Amino acid sequence: MLSKTVLLATVAGLALGGSAFAQAPQTVRIGVLTDLSGLYSDLSGQGSVSATKMAVDDFIAKEKPSFKVEVVSADHQNKADIAANKAREWFEKDGVDLVTDLVTSSTALAASKIAKEKNKIAIVNGAATTALTNKECNDVTIHYTYDTYSLANGTAGAVSSQPNGKTWYFLTADYAFGHALEADSAAVVVANGGKVLGTSRHPFPGSDFSAFLLKAQASGAQIIGLANAGTDTTNSIKQAAEFGITPKQSLAGLLVFITDINALGLKATQGMYLTEAFYWDLNDETRAWSKRFFDLNKKMPTMVQAGQYSSTYQYLLAVKKAGTNDTAKVMAAMKAATINDFFAKNGKIRDDGRMVHDMYLFQVKKPEESKAPWDYYKLVSTIPAEKAFQPLDKSTCPLIKK
Amino acid sequence: MAMTTMTAPDAVRRVDYRAFLGFAALLVAGGLGPLFLYPTFLMKVWCFALFACAFNLLLGYGGLLSFGHAAFFGGAAYICGHVVKEWGWPPELGLLAGMASAALLGFVIGALAIRRAGIYFAMITLALAQMVYFLCLQLNFTGGENGLQGVPRGRLFGIINLSDNLTMYYVVFAIFFLGLLAIYRTVHSPFGQILKAIRENEPRAISLGFDVGYYKLSAFVMSAALSGLAGSAKALTFQLASLADAHWHMSGEVVLMTLLGGVGTIFGPVIGAGVIVTLQNELADKVGPWVSVIIGSFFVICVLLFRRGIVGELGAWLGGKKPNGPPGGGH
Repeated sequence: MLSKTVLLATVAGLALGGSAFAQAPQTVRIGVLTDLSGLYSDLSGQGSVSATKMAVDDFIAKEKPSFKVEVVSADHQNKADIAANKAREWFEKDGVDLVTDLVTSSTALAASKIAKEKNKIAIVNGAATTALTNKECNDVTIHYTYDTYSLANGTAGAVSSQPNGKTWYFLTADYAFGHALEADSAAVVVANGGKVLGTSRHPFPGSDFSAFLLKAQASGAQIIGLANAGTDTTNSIKQAAEFGITPKQSLAGLLVFITDINALGLKATQGMYLTEAFYWDLNDETRAWSKRFFDLNKKMPTMVQAGQYSSTYQYLLAVKKAGTNDTAKVMAAMKAATINDFFAKNGKIRDDGRMVHDMYLFQVKKPEESKAPWDYYKLVSTIPAEKAFQPLDKSTCPLIKK
Repeated sequence: MAMTTMTAPDAVRRVDYRAFLGFAALLVAGGLGPLFLYPTFLMKVWCFALFACAFNLLLGYGGLLSFGHAAFFGGAAYICGHVVKEWGWPPELGLLAGMASAALLGFVIGALAIRRAGIYFAMITLALAQMVYFLCLQLNFTGGENGLQGVPRGRLFGIINLSDNLTMYYVVFAIFFLGLLAIYRTVHSPFGQILKAIRENEPRAISLGFDVGYYKLSAFVMSAALSGLAGSAKALTFQLASLADAHWHMSGEVVLMTLLGGVGTIFGPVIGAGVIVTLQNELADKVGPWVSVIIGSFFVICVLLFRRGIVGELGAWLGGKKPNGPPGGGH
């Protein structure tokens, strides 16, 4: 249907004696496919939809494009089949050009496959899996905000290069994801001259972490690395605080978000190290944007929501620049661009679809250091883009020629 | 009581006439559906409808409440996805492989579970299904929480190209329809009558000389195999298998679909599956976070107002005849 409108626009453009480039789309449609009701709705959800709409409004106000932009959204309920069904329906029936956000790895991978099949674009902000830019990569998918590698390596690398972060004990969720997180981090710790004193593997999902935490305590390690996710992470943080393990030993969260800190409170999380792609209180630009977001949503943005704004804006810029919503041309324009906004400085999208930008290592403040609501982090160090993400020569993405 | 309806010839004839109308209506709905509704969505409805009907074979006619049917559905989806994607098997063999694996799994789980009845039966199936879920999470070929992605649809019998959505639709509908016919035939065979007799009064069936365990296990294996067929068809439709298919939520969802539509009726689970899948899909982009709340309230209302399920209640209202089974199967 859309190709028909494009065709009509082209014909009309030519008939009016316009230039050969007058094939700009009349309407660009963006589908935000996210978790609106489940576990991750705080992290992305309605906030991601709101951030997308902010980006569209800002783009229209600033760039005055010749085309209209529409945003639709749906709840994928963290089920891959619902995500695949919705994405397919959007592409086939509703003329959606871009599906974005996509919170869990199974939904993101499913939507990315459908996008490839239908030759449309998928921009992933919510999901963490590195499979998106490795084995399962394709030329229509962009993984924008973060991934497990950047979080695990960022945290492990930055913490273990400090004098009080040399000895580690891992608390690992006992399945492929946890093992990968642990292996990635442990390699960096050892490379930085640190030592891994031991590992406890807990069943997934777990609820009682006492035995594992006491082992970690007995090991005397300076850092306890949490190679798990979601409720496993929040439960282990809570229980570590109850056992008095923290703040004597520090926790390093390998997959923790500001919403987790907000939910657990500073008392339980103080002193913890974690990596994020964005924090609202980094500089004037981030504060200005986050304040606007806060006014709309009554909470501070997560990195996923900030990335959602940034990636949507970049996508629309690319459509304007390419003068078409043709997938290959828009992807080429996005990959050619250098991204400079409040979210990323000198960000680049690589051929494997990975957007590389600086990441930040934070330490969670003590309750007495926090001056205001959402004042949670101290910046420990900035991890430069070239170190933050998996190097291209290690990628198993078939698009990367070696 | 079941024994008397069995021997009354005019009752049997009336059931046949009604069922014939039902099947005809389904054929029309299935054939014309894609003209009005989105085919991928309808395929999902048929997959779940077959799953719910298979489950109903066990609960509605055997009186056995299994709380582990997701293991057969999800497990078969993984097996089918794997043999098609990694080993390059054609789709028809993939479907058979998924079905066979589910039957085998059903034999193992069933053989253990039918030794107990009622809540203990349900708990044993739940526990064993959780073990299957953990296998799906841990084994390498399943891709853990990423799921098994990018399963090719391939060509059925080497000629029919399934990448065409409409072709795939009619294949899935045919699978569903044949599955439903098989269930109907089973229920109305002597085997099905004995199954119902066991449901109504197990000691009496034993005293009549029937090997109760054999009938229960056969029904369990058949139900598992058809659930596996539904799971395999879903894996091919969506070209993926994910943990959600094997999770105990899915076992709960199929109970919900069956109860909502009408347990112990041939077409009840089809309606139930249709209602639940429609709510899940159509509400996804309309009400946002309220999907689960709405489905929950819908279920509560149905349980309060239509205790026999939608079709069960409709059948009772239309014909006055008791539907094929009492709603008490879920004890």
